[in-house]
Order: sequence, then C-alpha cells, then structure tokens
Amino acid sequence: MNAATPASPPAQSPEARSPPLRPGAWRRFPALLHRGFKHPGASAGVKGRILFLALDRILFSVVTLLIVSVAVFFATAMLPGDTATILLGQAATPEAVAGLRKAMHLDDPAAFRYLHWSFGLLRGDFGRSYANDLPIAQLVGGRLANSLKLAAVTTAFSVPLALLLGITSAMFRGTAYDRSVTFLTIALISVPEFMVATAAVLVFSVYLHWLPALAFANEITTVGQLLRVFAMPVITLTCVVAAQMIRMTRAAVISTLASPYAEMALLKGASRQRIVLRHALPNALGPIVNAMALSLSYLLGGVIIVETIFNYPGIAKLMVDAVATRDLPLIQTCAMIFCVGFLILTTLADIVALVANPRLR
Amino acid sequence: MTSIELAAPRRMRRWSFNTTGSVGFAIVLFWAVVAILAPVLIRYPVGQIVDTDYFGSGSSTLWMGSDYLGRDVFSRIVMGARYTVGISLVAVVFACGSGVVLGIVAAVAGGRLDSVLSRFLDAMNSIPSKLFGLMMVAAVGSSIPWLITTLAVIYMPGAFRFARSLAVNVNAMDFVTVARIRGEGVLYLVLREILPNITGPVLADTGLRFVFIVLLLSGLSFLGLGVQPPNADWGALVHENLQGLVFGAPAVVYPCLAIASLTVSVNLLIDNLPRKIRDRSA
Repeated sequence: MNAATPASPPAQSPEARSPPLRPGAWRRFPALLHRGFKHPGASAGVKGRILFLALDRILFSVVTLLIVSVAVFFATAMLPGDTATILLGQAATPEAVAGLRKAMHLDDPAAFRYLHWSFGLLRGDFGRSYANDLPIAQLVGGRLANSLKLAAVTTAFSVPLALLLGITSAMFRGTAYDRSVTFLTIALISVPEFMVATAAVLVFSVYLHWLPALAFANEITTVGQLLRVFAMPVITLTCVVAAQMIRMTRAAVISTLASPYAEMALLKGASRQRIVLRHALPNALGPIVNAMALSLSYLLGGVIIVETIFNYPGIAKLMVDAVATRDLPLIQTCAMIFCVGFLILTTLADIVALVANPRLR
Repeated sequence: MTSIELAAPRRMRRWSFNTTGSVGFAIVLFWAVVAILAPVLIRYPVGQIVDTDYFGSGSSTLWMGSDYLGRDVFSRIVMGARYTVGISLVAVVFACGSGVVLGIVAAVAGGRLDSVLSRFLDAMNSIPSKLFGLMMVAAVGSSIPWLITTLAVIYMPGAFRFARSLAVNVNAMDFVTVARIRGEGVLYLVLREILPNITGPVLADTGLRFVFIVLLLSGLSFLGLGVQPPNADWGALVHENLQGLVFGAPAVVYPCLAIASLTVSVNLLIDNLPRKIRDRSA
C-alpha cells in the first residue's frame, strides 16, 4: 500500500510491435513459454527498453526523494515552535535568543536554508545535534550499522521461511494447512507490531523462561549473549515481515496457477508438485522477488517499535529519542536515511517486476 | 484493480453476511457501543487508585486487574475505546473524504492537474507511515486535534490513489461521456455519475484504512508520542504498563487484546462483505 508505482508506460502488447503469432500457437506448445522462448519481435530492442524503463523508474525515485526532502525539511523546520527558544529554554533573554537565531542562520529565507541543508546532506555534512552538540554523522554511524545488522539477520530468517510457507500453502490451497497459515498471517498483519513483540516476550521469557525479557547490546562478549540479544527482536521482526511475504508469495503462485499453461499441465496429467515447481514457480519468480523487496520495506515500520521495546541501540531508537527531545537536525537526518532505504527497496521491487513481467515493458 | 465490472445499476441490495462477516460486524458494533456508552459502563473513575497493589490480577471487583498505579484496568480500557475508536474514525473520515474527492476530480479533470497531483501524492505515499507520524509529532506535538490531522494527512494519499484508479475506469464509460457532452459540470460528474458507481469499493477501502490508522495511532501512543496522559488510548495503556510485561500482568495483555479484537474484526468484516459491494473493486 505504501509502495510507489512505477511511472507506468502505456500498456503495449507484444503483438502491437510484431506480426502476431498464430492464435493459439502457444496454447499447443506451452513449453515455449517457460523454456526461454523468445518472441519473434523481441530480439534487440528488449534490453534497451528495460534499461530505459528502469532508468525512468530510478529518475522517478530521485524526484520522489527530492519532494520527500522538501517535505521533511519543511515539516520539521517550519512548523510551530521556535528552535532558538526551545534550545535556550523559557528563561532565555530576548537578546540571547536573537543571537542564537543569527548564529544558526534561522533568520535566513526558508528556501535558502533548505538549499544549505540539502547540499550539506549531499556532501555528507549532516550538521550537529541540538541535544548534545555532537556531529550527527558520528551519532548515526554506529547506530545505522546496528540496525542494518538487525535487518540482515531478519532477512536471512524471514525469506526462506516465507518462501517455504508461501509456496506450500499455495500448493495445498484450500486444505486445513493452507487455511491455518492464511489465518495466522492475517492475524499477524492486523495487529500492531508492539503486540507481536509483547506476545513474544510473554511466550519466550515469561512462560518458557528461554530468553531474558530485555537484553542490552552493549554487554555482548560471547556468542551466546549475541544470540540472546538478537533473538527477541529478530523473532518479532521476522513474524511481522514474513507474514507480509507469505501472503504475497502465496498470491503470486496462485495467480500463475490460474494461467492457461498451468491448466494445460493439469490436463496432461502432471502431479500437483510438478505443476507448482516446474510450471508455475519459474514464472512466479519475478512477482515473488518483488514481494520480498516490498515486504522488507515493512522492516522500517517494525524496526521503530522493536528497537524501542527491546532497547536495541539502532537508528530507529535514536530517532524516537530525537523526537522526544525535539532534536530537529537529528530527526531530519534519520528521516532521510529511512526514506532512502525505503525508496531503494520499492524501486528495486518495481525494477524486478519490470524485468519479470513482459506486459509492463 | 485492472478492470472494473459494474453490476446492473441499482438492483435491490441484500445485505447478507456469512458467519465470519457477522462475527466481525458484531465485534465492531460492540466496540462502537462501548465507546459511546463509556461513561456509563466504567466501574471506577479512570484516575482513581482503587487497589493497594499494582499490577494486580483480575478479581470480582477489578475484572481485569489493576495497572501500574493500582487503577482499574477495565475502566481505563472502556474509556480508552473512546480515544482509539473516536480519533481513528474522525481521522479516517477526513483522510478518505478528501482523498476520494481529490481522486475523482483528478480522474475527471485529467491533464496537468491530474499528473501534478498524482506525482506529488505518490511521493507523499512513499514516506513510511510511522516515520511520517514521528516527524509530524516532532513538528506539531501530539494534542488530539493535531494527532487527527497527522493521521488524516498520512493516509490521504493512499485513499486518493485508490479512488483515482477506480474513477479513471468509470470515467471512460459511455454514460460519463454522454453526461459530459450533455454539458454537465465537473461537480455533477464527480457527485452524480462517478461517485455512486464506486461507493462500495471506496467504503471497503475506508474500512481497511481505518485499521491502518488504528494501528498507527496505537503504535505512536505505544512509543509515548501519541495520546498524552492523563488521557490514554489502548496503545498508551500498553505503554504505561509495559513494566508489568515481565510478570505477564493483565494490565498489558487486555489492552493488546482490545486492539487486536478491533482490527481483526474489521478485517474479517471487509473480507466477507457481500460480493456485490466488494467485487466491484476486483
């Protein structure tokens, strides 16, 4: 729902560009469609066209990022609350406030300040934190690495899990197994992330006593402690992300199973496994990768909650703390980092969809 | 959302739900009644400390135990329903109202207005919602009117895109062309020709967006950045009682269950809407 759509090119069927195949030809030779069969008209131009569309999509992302940066800057810098007054507190003299405003260039026109800020970002100069006057790059660096570590471990767990459950539930569609997987994913998607986290704590530490309820990443000395610190956040995030992935993977496989060549395979007597693994899966690969990239963008929302509840020293926790202290430059930087990550994932998803689905070209 | 099939216009609608849908509807109705009647239903004033023990478990007088200060959890959840349901409902009405009107206008007007609006709102849509919420709270604070505005602004672009994609299809229909040739104005086209034909899917989408808003509001409150004390919605109840989690205190569990029952039942209701309403969006 949050994903940016590609700037959709006018839908153009392959037939419009080349002499049409005899109607029904592919129906008699379904193998043509998944054995690297190339359409007669689709030789040299296709790669160039994909490249062009991908570049178009990337350009759209850059424009989006520009709009987002304007939104971030103006949302945080222009709205009520005078920064100098906040910094100096209620008791500040008007002269001190005026002096600080001047020193921080707060009296310059907004457009000017925006340009100053955005070019600073491009040069890697993120400014200084209001709260403790440290360079923001220094504050963000280690935290970002921690968050990426968490994201990587979560991805490593959730992708195989989601593939397995998504594909098998599509394979055994309508059975009790499929229905319970579907119910579980819908339940996970429709409750807030913090509830998944609290449920994980209740189950694994309160009732089973396997894991400590809260652990801190700065006490890591052994592998065992590392596992203990990571376990809870990773379990929670995996549940949140994998639920989305399973849903989308299942939908992708089911929609390929509805296509004529899958029906053909059924008619010629192929087994269920064979239809799914040999006929449907290769064609569903594009949508599945697309689904994976899109679901990973749900990490961003989940990570904000998870880092807070488990006290994990990542960038999302940094941002939540910055919001509580109204540390505007830090909020702006964290917000931009999040948006860049989100845009990279959605752009990647769209490009994969573009490469995989000839109808979008 | 690729194509739209219109049912025959204005046949008699039969509002028949299946069992799952009815259960969902009943729970949604239940929470609506609780939110309206909250002041009558509570057993103790929400701020009153009624238990000498904190994080007490349920008893015959305190049905859902006591919270971190020894207040009655049951009464606080009942009052919390007002904030969670009320704020989300107002926000979703603003978000979907403005989004749908803009979406249909963009589809009818087309041209530059459409492309500028679409590009801009798509960009807004690509800011992760929780992040957007954090930024807005940092900028304008979290008084209840601002929370409603924040939630409405965050979910407006999605409603816009959904309504626009439906309206574009209806806009290409002959009867709209006829109305346009007849010389009807944009307002007439929007309100009389297109809106009646996309009402069903738009209502279903509004329900889904309501769930998203409940989730985001609870998330913000859970972070301590949403509804502020002394008021508390369900997310804030979880936030303030989080220390009780290590004892498995009911003060944490029941607000969570309240949120889940609301969001899951709205989802069930929408998934099981009568086909006539839902399938127009397919």
